[in-house]
Amino acid sequence: MFALMSNFVFVPALTYGSQLALGALGITLVFGVLRFANFAHGDLMAFGTMGVVLITYWLQAHGIGIDPLPTALLALPFGIALAVGASLLIDRTVYRFYRKRRAAPVILVVASVGVMYVLNGLTRFVIGAEDQRFFDGARFLISAGDFKDLTGLDEGVTIKLTQALTVVVAVLMVAALFWFLQKTRTGKAMRAYSDNEDLALLSGISPDRVVAVTWIIAAVLATVAGTLYGLDKSFKPFVYFQLILPMFAAAIVGGIGQPIGAIIGAYVVAFSEVMLTYAYKRALMYIGPEGWGPEGLMQILSTEYKFAISFLILVFVLLVRPTGIFRGKVI
Amino acid sequence: MSFLIGKDMRGGYGGADILNGCTIGVDKGQIAVVVGPNGAGKSTAMKALFGMLSLRAGSVTLDGRDITSMSPQDRVACDMAFVPQTNNVFAGMTVEENLEMGAYLRRDDFSDTMAEVFDLFPILKEKRRQFAGELSGGQRQQVAVGRALMTQPSVLMLDEPTAGVSPIVMDELFDRVIAIKKTGIAVLIVEQNARQALEIADIGYVLVSGENRFTDTGEALMADPEVRKSFLGG
Repeated sequence: MFALMSNFVFVPALTYGSQLALGALGITLVFGVLRFANFAHGDLMAFGTMGVVLITYWLQAHGIGIDPLPTALLALPFGIALAVGASLLIDRTVYRFYRKRRAAPVILVVASVGVMYVLNGLTRFVIGAEDQRFFDGARFLISAGDFKDLTGLDEGVTIKLTQALTVVVAVLMVAALFWFLQKTRTGKAMRAYSDNEDLALLSGISPDRVVAVTWIIAAVLATVAGTLYGLDKSFKPFVYFQLILPMFAAAIVGGIGQPIGAIIGAYVVAFSEVMLTYAYKRALMYIGPEGWGPEGLMQILSTEYKFAISFLILVFVLLVRPTGIFRGKVI
Repeated sequence: MSFLIGKDMRGGYGGADILNGCTIGVDKGQIAVVVGPNGAGKSTAMKALFGMLSLRAGSVTLDGRDITSMSPQDRVACDMAFVPQTNNVFAGMTVEENLEMGAYLRRDDFSDTMAEVFDLFPILKEKRRQFAGELSGGQRQQVAVGRALMTQPSVLMLDEPTAGVSPIVMDELFDRVIAIKKTGIAVLIVEQNARQALEIADIGYVLVSGENRFTDTGEALMADPEVRKSFLGG
């Protein structure tokens, strides 16, 4: 029973939550500094991950790898470079124009929808719309068999390598980000700019620099999140585009503009989604009498509705507590 | 010729002019106070001096150099510091971080300056790890002034520093301003509390409809029956 919960609920939700957290952090930072909801974030994620996938294929074809770790980790820096380059270019060509005119946030949002379509189209054009599986290396950190041998229990706890990798990388990234925001001069300037733009200007903080650093961080986070998600599941541009809904839900639940909120929000969304769509059939079979089992899968909601959960959480939070858990800004 | 002077300034926010040729100047080691009725253009004049409003006519010079078309950010780099009337602290950052942000442009070691600010406002040292947004109005003003002092400015401009603080805190704040002036900084204040502000003024400007109505030492303005009657409530 515990093993089931761990295998199919806790570990997957923790993994998914960590991936969402990295994505939601990017959204929340862009919102805090640039003051608009960036709809193109999911596709920036897809775009960066596409770079990782292509380089991974190339490395695999040349037999370069770091077994047992996935080759994608080697390709990650290239994908990050691609995403950073793309976001700086997009900022320069699209967003800066509206920023200089001090355009209303809603105009920037609509511009970001345009950017979303362009990136989306570009990604599909280059790599295609199909599923890409680029995972290689060892599959399990702890496999069911190992666990059974080790403990003598009849259900094994399994932890996939990608799940462990996701959590470790997410923790490292978040720790680095918070250190950067709290301790470095540029990080503090970013917080100051997000806190009070006019006063930041009066303190001599350069907006161009703060904006550029924000895009770089958002692109790094997006590419890492996208690569981890792709390793764990698979890479499909359309799925990444859909990910903006749970990521936005996470950022808003936590309080948009608040990095810590994005992380908490991501786990709230991920755990709700996994717990509500998990098939409790086998769990009930263990609790119930011998030989008894429910007919259906015993899902509270079918998996097709998982995005509805993010959406419901989003609507509920906006109605009840629009500032989110950590008192972010109101959109 | 004053250290900082805005001469015959004319301009507004797009519509009719708010400043109609007023002149405001301040020297190092001097406190200049701008007073006047509501809508006289006091704050606007201050913004014009800091480049937050483009002038239609007139000029601004700092230490003999024409800075009329310089951006506010560049003026910060020229050792000018401005404390806005509202939203003048980083509410989500600690007192210490607020001061650090004031020193953003400085690449040298600014711990001495921070120590000086803490000497000037001892309460800030006590609350250095607290968020500025959690402080009282008077303490926030101290953070705001402290932040501005971190650049070691030669000109300090305060837009209604006593708005919304109690009379006791106001007196204390003015005491601090005198201490700041004695370090050789040129201090320019726009004030609603005309009487108290003129008491500490080396030079006072009474603005009406964007024009200079009276200009004299603070003491002389306080003694002038006409100024008393019209602007100081008798």
